[in-house]
Amino acid sequence: MTTLSTKDKQVVKAFWAKVSGQGEEIGTDAVARMLRVYPQTKTYFSHWKDRSASSPDVQKHGRTVMAGVGDAVAKIDDLKGGLLNLSELHAFTLRVDPANFKILSHNLLVVMATMLPNDFTPEVHVSMDKFLAAVALALSEKYR
Amino acid sequence: MSPALPDTFAQKALTASLSLALRLILFDGCLSECRSAQTWGLITSTADKMVVWTDFERSTIQDIFSKMDYEVVGPAALTRCLIVYPWTQRYFGNFGNLYNAAAIMGNPMVAKHGTTILHGLDRGVKNMDDLKTTYAELSVLHSEKLHVDPDNFKLLSDCLTIVVAAQLGKAFTAEVQAAFQKFLAVVVSSLGRQYH
Repeated sequence: MTTLSTKDKQVVKAFWAKVSGQGEEIGTDAVARMLRVYPQTKTYFSHWKDRSASSPDVQKHGRTVMAGVGDAVAKIDDLKGGLLNLSELHAFTLRVDPANFKILSHNLLVVMATMLPNDFTPEVHVSMDKFLAAVALALSEKYR
Repeated sequence: MSPALPDTFAQKALTASLSLALRLILFDGCLSECRSAQTWGLITSTADKMVVWTDFERSTIQDIFSKMDYEVVGPAALTRCLIVYPWTQRYFGNFGNLYNAAAIMGNPMVAKHGTTILHGLDRGVKNMDDLKTTYAELSVLHSEKLHVDPDNFKLLSDCLTIVVAAQLGKAFTAEVQAAFQKFLAVVVSSLGRQYH
């Protein structure tokens, strides 16, 4: 979509510093919500026996996703280059339809709102939304 | 299918694959528009099928809205929408100063309109079993008079979801979120019905 402004990057880094301590919780909750509220996303996890919020697979995956987001924050000045390996993984191995990145982003934002209602102001919301969209774009880079 | 047509294998196969292709095209087109899985059922079902609400969904929606301060949540959702998706400001040219987040959040016309929108949702909360009819008039209004791109309804409902999530915190569980987003998806679908 658009490139991130200096302000966007500052806002994302500052907010991330506040939440990274709860990174695991955020990731797990977001993945669990995604699977519950958007059941079509479950199709990518048919190999998991248990797709509930308490399942170890879901929790592990939440941690994996958040580690990826944290990595993206660190590489915010060059998402395309920085996320090259992840993009190849999603393009050639996982082949996740990019529409699902939007869905997961939405759920990440919902969890952030529930956990830090006073910090997740409209300004933080817009910068995080732009950031997650930029990450999604970088992840789709190698698709075709 | 006309019973007079000879039922050759080729014709059967052609009909089956054409209808499957059509369903796939429609489905795929809708899928890329669709943010909520709940609307799958709505879009692919026939126009006359009613939305089925579970007891949990009904009571969750009633509960959320009965405890809500429309004059806080409405303005919060609309201001968030205008800030996070600035192109939505195109519909509010006569609202005065929308130049930055502070101006939007302090704008009394925005606040008033936010409350109006929530009262509009309230109508749906009270008529969950016939949202189609409830929103027919408003759908015509948004289409014929206001000329609002129906995609904007999804943007506003996402912002409303986030505002309610912030208010309820941990109480906004995945189950509650699913019920809330399903309700908004049906409202959004009803608002889009009269567009042509």
